[in-house]
Amino acid sequence: MSAKPLLDVTGLTKFYGQRLGCEDVSFDLFEGDVLAVVGESGSGKSTLLGLLAGELEPTAGHIDYRQQNDETVELGSLDEGARRALMRTEWGFVRQDPREGLRMAVTAGGNVGERLMAKGDRHYGQIRQRAGDWLEKVEIEAQRIDETPRSFSGGMRQRLQIARNLVTHPRLVLMDEPTSGLDVSVQARLLDLIRGLVTDLGLAVVIVTHDLAVARILSHRIMVMRRGRVIEQGLTDQVLDDPADAYTQLLVASVLAA
Amino acid sequence: MNTVSGLKATGYNFAYLDEQTKRMIRRAILKAIAIPGYQVPFASREMPMPYGWGTGGVQVTASILGKADVLKVIDQGSDDTTNAVSIRKFFEKTAGVRTTTHTGEATIVQTRHRIPERPLRADQILVYQVPIPEPLRYLEPRETETRKMHGLRDYGLMHVKLYEDIARHGHIATTYAYPVEVAGRYVMDPSPIPKFDNPKMDMSPALQLFGAGREKRIYAVPPYTHVRSLDFEDHPFEVQRFSRPCALCGAEDAYLDEILLDDRGQRMFACSDTDYCEERRASGHTGLQGDAA
Repeated sequence: MSAKPLLDVTGLTKFYGQRLGCEDVSFDLFEGDVLAVVGESGSGKSTLLGLLAGELEPTAGHIDYRQQNDETVELGSLDEGARRALMRTEWGFVRQDPREGLRMAVTAGGNVGERLMAKGDRHYGQIRQRAGDWLEKVEIEAQRIDETPRSFSGGMRQRLQIARNLVTHPRLVLMDEPTSGLDVSVQARLLDLIRGLVTDLGLAVVIVTHDLAVARILSHRIMVMRRGRVIEQGLTDQVLDDPADAYTQLLVASVLAA
Repeated sequence: MNTVSGLKATGYNFAYLDEQTKRMIRRAILKAIAIPGYQVPFASREMPMPYGWGTGGVQVTASILGKADVLKVIDQGSDDTTNAVSIRKFFEKTAGVRTTTHTGEATIVQTRHRIPERPLRADQILVYQVPIPEPLRYLEPRETETRKMHGLRDYGLMHVKLYEDIARHGHIATTYAYPVEVAGRYVMDPSPIPKFDNPKMDMSPALQLFGAGREKRIYAVPPYTHVRSLDFEDHPFEVQRFSRPCALCGAEDAYLDEILLDDRGQRMFACSDTDYCEERRASGHTGLQGDAA
């Protein structure tokens, strides 16, 4: 473990013309860290994730990432080819809607194998073997490897998306509301699976969610956003049990007790 | 109206297209040759034939055609199908050039779906008619994205297609328009030729030009350029093999067409390259049904 953070975000700001996306967001992320970003709709969570993934151009601020070879790069300085290569080897992005993160016309095996082939793997048997292993890890039956995600349930699609992202052993995974739109029991199983994988693989994760329960189960640290600004951040339990900011207190208090 | 075959039509510029247009197309061709396998956009013109009938190939041929050229046109290897006959007639009328059905005599061969069996020479040019020039199209519908993928040499997706073939059929079931890598850089769709013809593209002495009229793209394989068919280490590229020789000329190394003979299931396998078959028969080769023709 290096003393330097994996991800060092400083003063990240995004304006859409006059309108604020997010302003002055700074945080560190170490290997194995899980950071939850919570806040209501329109609070700038997705903008932040888009900036981290390199899909949006920041108005100000920078993102320093420490690569596998211990060299630190500023994401904005990478050309598109290098950024894409990074995104499909050392990073992963699990999207809210699996239809955006998967190729719906391609079989489960092909979906998982795509990253391996993009990396240069050219041995069909090995690609298929590894795809099969990963399907098993995310609890998809091995015999469904040749089915397309169209025939999968919502929860299975989401698990397939996770397998597709983790097959290249990334170090950092971005997750955008991975459990929304699933029913409660499926959500619980998925959270359990994600938690297990994150611990086993020592992944660093930035997870965006509006669900405080998800944040509590998965994350070590939490960042509360409102109107594009970070209003409170700290250890998850601390923030959720003893919120300092009035808005966070409101957020925590408004969760229905089961 | 004078319709006597072989008589040059008046009122047209040589080979139908105006000189400005030909110059524009030649510039695109030169760029395509300079960047093997790269799809060069060009201002494709309306031609007096529908899209899908070889408007791209016809424009390329018209731009490189000279008065001394001898033109051969084939469609699925055959000189006498509608598409081949009408394009040949078109250039007889508008350019008055000599045409032939013999591969050996031609200086320019325009083709749809085949490469002639007889090896091409350095003084010949092969012009392909291309319906869809983008090899990544069926997996990635966005043109902006496919262009970026070509630019970044981001070709993992092409192997996903081959992976899907093996997963579904047990082998690479793509039999035509089989993707190739040109000169170690660009992945290219060789137009819908059978993969049987792919090895002929590799290190060919003849210049190969590809024209897609509807999609407005021209690309090229310069002479003596490496063309490699994509594959997996454990599923290497293979061409189709036929279990029997040509029924007419006995050729064992040619691509065969299946021809139904009656409505009781009688069939015959014969060379798809009609000129190759005729030449072989003329020099005394014969197959099992050699007298049937």
